[in-house]
Amino acid sequence: MKDLSGWGRYPRLSGPLGTARDMGPAATATATMPGVTARGLGRSYGDAAIGRDNTIDATGLNRMQSFDPQTGILAVEAGVPLADIIATFLPQGYFPCAVPGTRFVTVGGMIASDVHGKNQHIHGTFGDHVAWLMLALPDGRVMRCSPHEHADLFKATIGGMGLTGTILSAGFRLKQVETGWIRQTTHVARNLSEAVTLLSQTANATYTVAWIDVLARGASLGRSLILEGEHATADDLPWGDVKFPPSTNGRLAVPMDMPGWLLNGMTVRAFNELYYRTGARKAGQTTTVPWDSYFFPLDGIAHWNRIYGRRGFVQHQCVIPMAQAEGVVSDILERISSHGAGSFLAVLKRLAPGSGLMSFPMEGLTLALDMPFSDGLMPLLAEIDALVVAADGRLYLAKDATQSRDTFAAGYLNLDLFRQLRNDIGATGRMASKLSERLGL
Amino acid sequence: MTDPDGHSAPKGLLLVGGTSDIGRAVAATYAARGWTVTLAARDAEGAERNADDIRTRSGAHQVAVQHLDILDTGSFEGFLDGLDTLPDTVVCVVGMLGDQSRAQEDTDHATTVMRTNFEGPALLLEMVAARFAARGHGLIVGVSSVAGDRGRASNYVYGAAKAGFTAYLSGLRNRLGKTDVHVATVKPGFVRTSMTADMDLIGPLTAEPDAVADRIAALETRPSDVVYVLGIWRLIMFIIRAIPETIFKKLSL
Ligand SMILES: Cc1cc2nc3c(=O)[nH]c(=O)nc-3n(C[C@H](O)[C@H](O)[C@H](O)COP(=O)(O)OP(=O)(O)OC[C@H]3O[C@@H](n4cnc5c(N)ncnc54)[C@H](O)[C@@H]3O)c2cc1C
Repeated sequence: MKDLSGWGRYPRLSGPLGTARDMGPAATATATMPGVTARGLGRSYGDAAIGRDNTIDATGLNRMQSFDPQTGILAVEAGVPLADIIATFLPQGYFPCAVPGTRFVTVGGMIASDVHGKNQHIHGTFGDHVAWLMLALPDGRVMRCSPHEHADLFKATIGGMGLTGTILSAGFRLKQVETGWIRQTTHVARNLSEAVTLLSQTANATYTVAWIDVLARGASLGRSLILEGEHATADDLPWGDVKFPPSTNGRLAVPMDMPGWLLNGMTVRAFNELYYRTGARKAGQTTTVPWDSYFFPLDGIAHWNRIYGRRGFVQHQCVIPMAQAEGVVSDILERISSHGAGSFLAVLKRLAPGSGLMSFPMEGLTLALDMPFSDGLMPLLAEIDALVVAADGRLYLAKDATQSRDTFAAGYLNLDLFRQLRNDIGATGRMASKLSERLGL
Repeated sequence: MTDPDGHSAPKGLLLVGGTSDIGRAVAATYAARGWTVTLAARDAEGAERNADDIRTRSGAHQVAVQHLDILDTGSFEGFLDGLDTLPDTVVCVVGMLGDQSRAQEDTDHATTVMRTNFEGPALLLEMVAARFAARGHGLIVGVSSVAGDRGRASNYVYGAAKAGFTAYLSGLRNRLGKTDVHVATVKPGFVRTSMTADMDLIGPLTAEPDAVADRIAALETRPSDVVYVLGIWRLIMFIIRAIPETIFKKLSL
């Protein structure tokens, strides 16, 4: 039995975990084991990467297969970490078209969650750049899926949370970049409506995201730093800077669970205050920052999830359609702020629709926050979820550990199609995770 | 080696055991340094999977795969003669842990463990040594094991075979000591690989395959005779060897 808890370490669950060291055994395990799902690096926060009865550790599928500089298509096995891809290809001038906020994720995990980055509003999700994938089905077949081959299965697997089969390998596009640096411009928003306006005004930028101070109240509710980013060209670099800086972060670590009282309203408030003020001083300025601290600031501190203590934490990420977004986000922030002990930094971002059947993104605003587990948390989340449902929004499955079946069904309008497809390929009840059981998939 | 235009040709590595995790790491390290790499393995398809990985990661295209079964000693001569060029370095990482209690009862299993860890690698490297000696230079690296430093109840069939291999390498080194053919014995200690995936390894005593590969590649510039990848193992094995047999036999190690 292995501890299979997600990154939030709530819920705490364990179960048998078998490592697939090659694609053949991974396909066999998929076809023979009951209640099974694949697991990558376990960076989903809740219960998505925990099989109902069995879990396949896909990180043994860690071989790269080929790279074609003509098309920019990289073919790899599904367990290859994003960190390896960047370490190998950035020095050659290539970068993935979409990356999440940590590089310790696998290609399989990125496809199954159809992850979005800070450029999703113009460049789409990771799934939008996948040219093909090899999928092991519960009936033993291995199928090549692409927009032209088994297109329905392809669409269902992108964002399908591992519930259509095990992804064995995939080919996806890398884009060319001149340097490993990002030109970052910081804008300050004194409240939520300024933040929303600034996110719209910066929507032509390649990368744009807002860090919100979740504990600010009253007239400052929703005050944020909006970080706009562009890949720096060689000419942007000060003379003497290396074009492709190696990764610098990764030296710090949280050695053990921090005591629960450490993160109380006061410390979190102080942290947010400090972050906001430091950022505000850079208002309007453009600085050139290395890729790792821009895209993956949290990767600098190993095991940072331990900071929330033994009871773990919940990450809550919703998306609200544009028309109602500002009002609903403001309502959510107010509730969290009055609840007190909240999140470290929270993130607000504009999203465009995703392309998978079950992809999370839709046209609207997404808000992501961490909340340490506490007794009062569940009722608060239920209140927030009700607001999301009323506004026709939905929650991100890669983060989810708590939503109800009704919230889920209200948000994912292609659910019936997804269920039908799972039936057709014999996945219902066979490909199953703790998440799929909880949500009645 | 310099061609007529003054370019030096890339050096060549023959890696025997091309599907092992240590072998994969060694091959990748050499390829990244611009060497031509040949992976020899019984499972050529598995080795091809590693070769693709190394080609993609290093951008190097001089990675080839050759079929070789370490138990088929009769094929060695033809295998070595069939290589395009005699490599500059040969690294042998072939190994099979086997199952100690099975080996006690199943003679075939014991034989396979002994032949895989000792007979095959020793005979192959003997032939390599002859060719290197005739040419005048070369580096031979045999990956043996700390298990060969003393026979233990829990794995003496494997340990004895590795002890044989260690002694063989030592003798070979001694024989070639006055030539430019160097023989190194590498004892990795615990390494995080698929062979040890089910064991509870002690962190500070456990090396990653990449660390083993770095130590091996370092032999190219700083030759060394017997290498413990993690220095602590030299001390541990010194102590274990120092325990008198009368006491040792009562311990369960
Ligand atoms: C610090 C941090 C920041 C993050 N930032 C973002 C962000 O900005 N944007 C974003 O979209 N996400 C973000 N995430 C979430 C993360 O990108 C996803 O959870 C991702 O799926 C994790 O990949 P993984 O390899 O760890 O997969 P796991 O967590 O192990 O698995 C996630 C899902 O993928 C499935 N899966 C994994 N491998 C396979 C496979 N081979 N075949 C089929 N299914 C498979 C699992 O069954 C599970 O449903 C963040 C997470 C963290 C910890």
